[in-house]
Order: sequence, then C-alpha cells, then structure tokens
Amino acid sequence: MIEIRGLQKYFGALHVLKGIDLDVEKGEVLSVIGASGSGKSTLLYCINGLEEIQGGQVEVDGQNVHAKGADLNKLRQKLGMVFQQWNSFPHLTVQENVALAPRIVRGLDRKAADEIAERQLAHVGLGDKLRVYPGALSGGQQQRLAIARALAMEPDYMLFDEATSALDPELVGEVLETMRMLAEEGMTMICVTHEMGFARDVSDRVAFFHQGVMEEIGPPSQIFGEAQSPHTRGFLANVR
Amino acid sequence: MFDYNFHWRPVMRDLPDLIEAGLLTLQVASLAMILGILIALGLALIRLNMRGPLNWIATTWVEFARNTPALFQLFFFGFGLGAFGLHLSPYAIVLAGLTFNCAGYLAENFRGGFQAIPETQMRAARSLGMTATQAYLRIVIPQVLRIVYHPVTNQMVWAVLMSSLGMLVGFRELSGETQFFASRTFRIFEYFAVTAVIYYVIVKIILGASRLLASRLFRY
Ligand SMILES: Nc1ncnc2c1ncn2[C@@H]1O[C@H](COP(=O)(O)OP(=O)(O)O)[C@@H](O)[C@H]1O
Ligand SMILES: [Mg+2]
Repeated sequence: MIEIRGLQKYFGALHVLKGIDLDVEKGEVLSVIGASGSGKSTLLYCINGLEEIQGGQVEVDGQNVHAKGADLNKLRQKLGMVFQQWNSFPHLTVQENVALAPRIVRGLDRKAADEIAERQLAHVGLGDKLRVYPGALSGGQQQRLAIARALAMEPDYMLFDEATSALDPELVGEVLETMRMLAEEGMTMICVTHEMGFARDVSDRVAFFHQGVMEEIGPPSQIFGEAQSPHTRGFLANVR
Repeated sequence: MFDYNFHWRPVMRDLPDLIEAGLLTLQVASLAMILGILIALGLALIRLNMRGPLNWIATTWVEFARNTPALFQLFFFGFGLGAFGLHLSPYAIVLAGLTFNCAGYLAENFRGGFQAIPETQMRAARSLGMTATQAYLRIVIPQVLRIVYHPVTNQMVWAVLMSSLGMLVGFRELSGETQFFASRTFRIFEYFAVTAVIYYVIVKIILGASRLLASRLFRY
C-alpha cells in the first residue's frame, strides 16, 4: 500500500505539490489527470524517491521513502516505472535491456535473468525481438520494452508517467492494451495519463491535479459524470 | 643542384633498431592514452558535477593542455620540474607530457559525450534500482565511449606523432633514435625518410585495429 500524507514539494521557490494526501491500495488502478505542469510527474518521482520532498511523508508498504538511510535501491525494485520518453538503453539488445537489472540489482545469474527477460518480453508481445537493438523498434514497441524491463524486477507497483504521450497516434493502442492487461492481472498501478478513455474504463479511481493540489478524487463515474470542482469540469471539457 | 648521392645501406643496417624504437614509440603512446583516458574521465566528471577547487584544477588542466604547444608541456615535465630539483628520466618526461596533453584533449570530448546522453537514461536506470555507480558503468559510460570512439582514435594517432617531440628531451624513441643514427652517419634524409614510413605504418595499423574493434564493439 502507498500512503502519502501532507506531501510538499518545491523546486527552489516553485511550490509544485501543495500538501497531497493519497492512499493507493494493493490491486488498485489509479489514473492521475490534470493540465501540464500541475505536478503529476513530480508526484511519481516523489513516490519512488527520484525526487526529495520538503514536507509530509510517503510510505510504501509501511516503509518511509524519504527517511534518512532508506534503502532506495531496494525500494525501487518494488516500484516499476515507465516514462514518457521510453528510455530504452540503445547499446543493449532488447533482451539485455530487460535482463540487466535482474542480474546486477537482484543478483540473479545470467541464465535466470535471461529467462525472466524472455518471459516478460513474450508477455508484452516482443518475444520475437530478443536479439534486436532498440533502435530497430517502433516507439510503441520500445514502450512495451520499457514495461517488460520494469516488470522483470517483479515489482508490486507500477508507475506510468504519460506512457503514451510521446507516441504516434497509431501506436498508442498497443501500449494501452498492454497496460490494460496488467491491470486485469491485478497489478497495482498509478497511471499519469491524458488518455481519458483508459482512465474511465480501466481505473478504479481517478485523481485530478490542478496547480499542485489534488482537487478531486473518485471513481471514474464521479469524475467524468458529476465532477464537483469547476477546474475538473473545465479540464475535461477541453480534453474531449 | 642534383649532386646528392643516396646511400641507403646504413639505414638498412640500422632498420631493426629503428623498428624497435618504433615499438617504444607505440608503447609510450599507448600508455599515455590509457592513463589519459582514465584521467580524462575523471576530469570530465569533475567539470560536469563539482564546484570548488577540484573543478578549478580540472578546468586549468584542460585549458593548458589544449591552448599551449605540446612541446612546452613536455619541457615543463623536463626542464620545468628539473628547475625544482625533480629530474625525471626521458621516458617519464615523455609519458607525463603526453598523458597531460591527451587527458586535457579527451576530457573535453568526454564532457561533450556525457552531455549528449539524455538525463532520462540515468533516471530510467535508477528507477530499476541500480546504484549511481552501476548506472554510470552499465548505461552511461558505454554510450559515451561510442560517442568518443573516433576522437579517441584520432588522439591515439596524435599521441604517436607527438611522441616524436621526445627527441628534444633526449628520449630515444623512433625520432630520437633516428636523429642519433642520422647525425652519426650524416645520412639525414635517408634516415628520416625511412622513419616517416615507419610512422605511417604504425598509424595505419592503429586505424585498422580501431576499425576492426569498432565493428566488434558497436553493433547498434
Ligand atoms: N527538475 C525540475 N526543476 C525545476 N522545476 C521543475 C523540475 N521538474 C518539474 N519542474 C516544474 O514543476 C512543475 C510540475 O512539473 P511536472 O510534475 O512535470 O508536471 P506535470 O507532469 O503535471 O506536467 C512544473 O512547473 C515544472 O516546470
Ligand atoms: Mg509530466
């Protein structure tokens, strides 16, 4: 379970997250929507400790992420992350991209790591691309590679930061399909997204962020049907 | 005007010695490159990530290496340090001078290489639980090495050619040896012509080896 209490985040003088309170239960799929610059990516970075925080706290399975001496490298194994820019490692084959972290972070031997990579790549539909370099893949394939790479750490949570925003429109579907599959398998997910169809159909809850504040959170029927905040309604009117 | 008679016999007699001196040239240049690459990595990382005295030292190093004659840099390690009572062997002078110069040049190449790797690569690696060191060694540096591969090859060629300055500090590498034989026999043109060919062959071998290695290393 992820528990966020009174989270404050500044970049210098810029107040980016203004007291966020949020719980994400095991097995839940939460979509995070909101205008660009509202602090959605920063929220994810605060959850896996890629960013420091200035107030409040974040706990993952009871472990305080920002405590002094917290073992972030260990914690991040629980928290898979997929970025907007898919960030394949271009100098490694598709299989090596996935097998590397299981080997050097989890300490598996080469054979076991390769097997995990094969399994996860088959899972996202890239089973026939093992020896190819990422440069030869489409954006959608590279993003699925990024998902397989995160899954190979056998995480308990997956954080998606606009996983489809940088893709050509015709490639968005295959990545959303993969995310939907994970959700159906029971993965706990926080998905920052601009895909309102996905947010509505796949998530258990949707959170709307506005200028560093979580203005509204609730089931999709509430957010998309009877949003309380005028900001939410305004935002949704514009993206549709 | 054309009354010069070529005499190749003395050169041919000394050819084995010249080739041996060529190997010494290759050795000192290679060592200087290995040390230079390691130091350049350090200089580049310091200039990118640190402030304060270390940054100042690294910047000064790079500035002097790139903006003063290589010969003066060699003289510094010879006569300069000599003036303070520190006398290095000719071999050490050349090795130190070349290393200083190569490190300074390569540091700038490496700095550019590091800047060319998107920061998001580091983030992605860290998000998988890699330590900063693992991320640098496995993800960032291999990509930087590809970017700087050709500049490094060029620098290696340059190090071989620059080592000929060694003859001015009494080092009997290829040029020093040639100078020694030439002045003994007065067959100056013949000796230096043959030596030029030896340099040419060394450089061609380096370039060929580099190309071969590149095709093995970089498959993407
Ligand atoms: N590393 C950073 N340094 C300074 N400001 C940043 C940094 N990252 C994000 N910001 C700023 O923080 C705000 C929130 O950014 P972000 O979390 O990326 O928003 P979103 O993902 O909702 O578009 C923006 O104003 C952005 O410019
Ligand atoms: Mg963002």
